[in-house]
Amino acid sequence: MSNQFRIIKDKTANGVMSAITIVSLVFVIIMGIGLYIKSIPILEEHSLWELVSSSSWQPFKNDFGFLPFVMGTIWVTMIAIIIALPLSLMTAIFLTEYARKSVKKFVYPALDILASLPSVIYGVWGTIVIVPLISDKIAPWFSSEFSTGYTVLAAGLVLSLMLLPILVSLFVELFVCVPDDLRAAAYSLGATKWQTAKNVVVKKSLPGIFASVVLAISKALGETIAVLMVCGCMPEVPKGLLDACYPLPALIANNYGEMLSLPLYESALMFAALLLFVVVIIFNLTSRIILKRIEKNN
Amino acid sequence: MRNLFLKKFLKSDSNEPFTVNAKFKHPDKAEEINIKDFNLYIEDSHILKNINLTIPANKITCIIGPSGCGKSTLLKSINRLTDSIENVRKTGSILLGNDDLQNCTESELVELRRKIGLVPQRPTPLPMSIMNNVAYGCKIHGVKNVRQLRRTVRHYLKVVGLWDEVKDRLRSPAVRLSIGQQQRLCLARSLAVEPEYILADEATSALDPVSSRIVEDLFVKLKEQYSIVMVTHTLRQALRIADYVVFIYMGEIIEVGEAKEVFNNPKHELTKNYLQGTIS
Repeated sequence: MSNQFRIIKDKTANGVMSAITIVSLVFVIIMGIGLYIKSIPILEEHSLWELVSSSSWQPFKNDFGFLPFVMGTIWVTMIAIIIALPLSLMTAIFLTEYARKSVKKFVYPALDILASLPSVIYGVWGTIVIVPLISDKIAPWFSSEFSTGYTVLAAGLVLSLMLLPILVSLFVELFVCVPDDLRAAAYSLGATKWQTAKNVVVKKSLPGIFASVVLAISKALGETIAVLMVCGCMPEVPKGLLDACYPLPALIANNYGEMLSLPLYESALMFAALLLFVVVIIFNLTSRIILKRIEKNN
Repeated sequence: MRNLFLKKFLKSDSNEPFTVNAKFKHPDKAEEINIKDFNLYIEDSHILKNINLTIPANKITCIIGPSGCGKSTLLKSINRLTDSIENVRKTGSILLGNDDLQNCTESELVELRRKIGLVPQRPTPLPMSIMNNVAYGCKIHGVKNVRQLRRTVRHYLKVVGLWDEVKDRLRSPAVRLSIGQQQRLCLARSLAVEPEYILADEATSALDPVSSRIVEDLFVKLKEQYSIVMVTHTLRQALRIADYVVFIYMGEIIEVGEAKEVFNNPKHELTKNYLQGTIS
């Protein structure tokens, strides 16, 4: 009798959990459909290609070009990853391969705190420190024109600082999982610590590193408030690091709820959201395929 | 002597040049390892107590003893892999030939470690291809000539009897080999940097009987060129291949001697008990 009961319990648990899983999947699909329906009006008026390739943004004149925002998103994300990836890799190698226990004891909690700070704090810090630094010190080096400091570079730097602790924690987890026997094997061949870290530890963790970077990029693509505070919010395609930019999430956050009386404006913002949604999904799916490849070869 | 030895392995390729690896010359005669008054502490516990031991050249020395008695730690001390343990303290000296292992610089250490091959308990193929696994040791020491690397790889894969099994897939990842093959690959990798000593930490314990027999036979052949120290749990294995036996109990050397002598005629009560299986 009690056996019967256990089996019923097992089956119920199975049912409930699969239902929950399906519901969360359905949510993603519903979101996609919702965004699409809301952006139908603008898609009826302008072609998809026109929307994505035009760089003129004048909602009052019914002119909606998303190129500046798409480019802004790409610029900021790329800068952030380019800065954060090598730094976090080196930090993680230092922590796992070189650092003493006493150093680790101090650094790990600090990293966790950094990773859990709300992004608005990074934004404020960026406005107070990074923006003036760029305006006063860095920009004059490169051009004679005055820069406000609210630039692609500022957004990239702030974002990279946000990604850094997350990436370091992920990498440390990966490197710690590399068996010590492998390190011993390299050492016993006469490898130095650096050679071991580079050729064995990092190489062994390559699939994990790739997955972590994908996670970081996904976060960077969608990061809103910290970027919004330092990016300058100019709807123009940035030509260099010292130009202002306006990534998609910032556009949506800044404007949704205002100026909705303009025709098509709400639809345009929904289209921006749809764009971001699709970009993140496509990005995740492709990286999954690449990850499978790497794992197979490793 | 070396040439003779290699000819045994390479009957078909007897014309092949014997100095496969121009960077490192294997000495004609292996040297012994002298361990003097060696003590090792981790935090407050005294792991190895006053070890005095001479490991003879061109012989297989088996270290036996119950689990946790310090066998592996002693083995790891010989190539200073114990350095990575937190709060470790060592006194005494370990001499490889004339080189003092305990008081050497970083660069001397890297060079000394090259001279000591390590065959681990579980095979540890590096995350690269079969070919690069064997070539890796030479590469990190600066050998860049591709032809020479390839020759080294082929040569040592032949020495461990793996060449015919893998020659068509040298570029595939090493982890795809079977465990027994991986262990032989690890041995080839160690040999490729021309070591003088081979340390084996229960090198056959993860292998099936056939593979383990192959590795054992390899050790017996290799002792003509190398001084081999192995830790083993299998007394029968020690009986089969050991020339010398070191019995360790609770971090102390209890008995050392020629294998036959120790197995047939243990002098110490503890050794007797261990061999009979009453302590483990």
